[in-house]
Amino acid sequence: MSIVANKNRIISDLALPTLRIVAPILLALVAGGLILILLGKDPFSYYWYVVKRGLLSWSGLQATLVRTAPLMFVAAGLIVAFRAGIWNLGVDGQFLLAAVIVAAVAPSLNQYIPNWTMFVGAFVIAGVVGGAWSVIPAYLKASHGINEIITTLMMTFLGISLANVLVKIPFNDPSTTVPQTVTLPVEERLPRLFDTIIHQGVLFGVVAVLGVHFLMTRTAFGLRLQVVGANPKAAVHAGLNVRILTYFAFGLSAALAGMGGAVEILGVWGTVRADWNPAYGLLVVPLVFLARFHGFGTIAFVLFFAVLMIGGESASRRLGVPTFFVLVLVGLLLMFLAIVEYLDHRWRQTRKT
Amino acid sequence: MSALLTETFITALLFGAVTAGVPLLLAGIGEQISEKAGVLNIGLEGMMLVGAYTGFCGAYYLNSFWLGFLLGGLGGISVAILMVLFCVRLGLNQIVIGIALTLGADGLTALLHHFQFSRTYPRLSSVETMVIPFAGAIPFLGEAFFQRHPIVYFSIVLVFLLIWIFKKTYIGLNLQAAGDVPAALDVTGVSVVSTRTWAVIATGFLAGIGGAFLANVGAGLFVPFMTGGAGFIAIVLAMLARGNPTWVLYGAGLFGVSLSLTTALQVAGFNIPTDVVQMLPFTMVILMLILLGRNSYLPAALTLPYVRGER
Repeated sequence: MSIVANKNRIISDLALPTLRIVAPILLALVAGGLILILLGKDPFSYYWYVVKRGLLSWSGLQATLVRTAPLMFVAAGLIVAFRAGIWNLGVDGQFLLAAVIVAAVAPSLNQYIPNWTMFVGAFVIAGVVGGAWSVIPAYLKASHGINEIITTLMMTFLGISLANVLVKIPFNDPSTTVPQTVTLPVEERLPRLFDTIIHQGVLFGVVAVLGVHFLMTRTAFGLRLQVVGANPKAAVHAGLNVRILTYFAFGLSAALAGMGGAVEILGVWGTVRADWNPAYGLLVVPLVFLARFHGFGTIAFVLFFAVLMIGGESASRRLGVPTFFVLVLVGLLLMFLAIVEYLDHRWRQTRKT
Repeated sequence: MSALLTETFITALLFGAVTAGVPLLLAGIGEQISEKAGVLNIGLEGMMLVGAYTGFCGAYYLNSFWLGFLLGGLGGISVAILMVLFCVRLGLNQIVIGIALTLGADGLTALLHHFQFSRTYPRLSSVETMVIPFAGAIPFLGEAFFQRHPIVYFSIVLVFLLIWIFKKTYIGLNLQAAGDVPAALDVTGVSVVSTRTWAVIATGFLAGIGGAFLANVGAGLFVPFMTGGAGFIAIVLAMLARGNPTWVLYGAGLFGVSLSLTTALQVAGFNIPTDVVQMLPFTMVILMLILLGRNSYLPAALTLPYVRGER
């Protein structure tokens, strides 16, 4: 009797949550594989190549870890927003503008103050720029109740164009032919760990996700934001200042996205070229959802996705499957995630009755 | 300044405005139908993009602009069917699915383009036009408005047709009820699910034609990610228009002008960076939202799936 009860508990406590997370990934990979077959490519060799280049080779693994840095910051920003019930889909604009400003300021800042204070300053500036880009959507949401999906998307388009204007006109380095900002010399970028190409920013990213997780789940401030997210009307009745909290949630989320831009510039590129836009924003959304806004889960999924990105980039050169395929996989992943969630919900309801 | 008042400049500006505005108009009034029925269609961008791809394939392989538009509409419908399946039938989160469909469409069309067209970049010949007698000869306006492909006239007629449908017919009433008080519609014996289903399919069809127009008439070719946010602009237009198709028409016109301004200014000899001009429409929307924000209207049951008997 007790063994049976135990077995049931193991199924509901361990097996189902795992299945809820693994099933969408597997289904997306299978559906993506079918698309590869239709395009005349061998899915097994593609996936194997992706894993080999993104995870199992030493240089690939380093590139993967470096890629996680900006993704972690973006994910941290999305965790704040989603837990507070806000759809911040304007991550790309916040990320890019902060990156451009940091790239423009860092080289000249470096001449006056010591290197490490420059990094601190750059991260603060990035946070302020990113946060500032979310003030208008926050205002429209808090005061007029306008859906933030649309306004943050608008601000993203505006931000991407503005970033391009900034790179091409005021911050353009006249000594280069391609419009780009003045390059930060390699030795003045974020220090690398040991003998690798992995820079310190990778650690900052992990800290950001864990910090946000702690903030949202273990502090009174985080709880307030979660209440606002779960039920704004109840939050008003509980005496919370929903307006101010909305501004805070937007600002913090956007500031973290901006810091993602800073880490990419200070750690990897050292400059922003015109028309550069990695567009990580919408790609990270499914990862955060898949982890159910949980910090540790997010770290794992960001790592998984970075492998896919780096491996996919090598595969596009070697196997002739363009990186667009990764976009298809993300779309599929989101869809299967929603379906699995639905089936899970249905299953719980039938068990209740 | 005198260069700005020449006939070439004004004709180029208006011609470009119509070319850029028609896709926004079609997608915008399409989105309006969905939103009225209570479905926020974030996948609109994906529908336009798939419409652009299938529409271009249709026009290129079948050598007919009409079949191109038809296939574009069907392409849009194919994405809309997924939206219906997940969001209207299963009641899944409309925003997650909308993003998924847009990302998937982005990736899939880019992938297909890579394997099909990326070596040759085939182009279509310029579109055949239907000149409206007398009106087509009006200086300044004639070339831009009255010497166009019939689909341009169709999209403008559609605005007035929709006003009539929304205001005077049961279809309009049912749509509005499905978005505002779905339970009441259900009580009267009309299925909320099927009303929303047809609304989303209509959206897909119109967005698909809009996408096909963008590819076949606007560009003459298909390139990956060519909608470049047009779908999202159309969603904003639909939201600002407060359920009135006429305002979508005005909004699309305004956006069309600001999108065609760069090219027109270059024709007139001014060299303004494209990025600056591209900021114009978005700045305008943000300003409009700040000034008129209080008035933006959304149905009460928007984004909420309908489950009978659930409160």
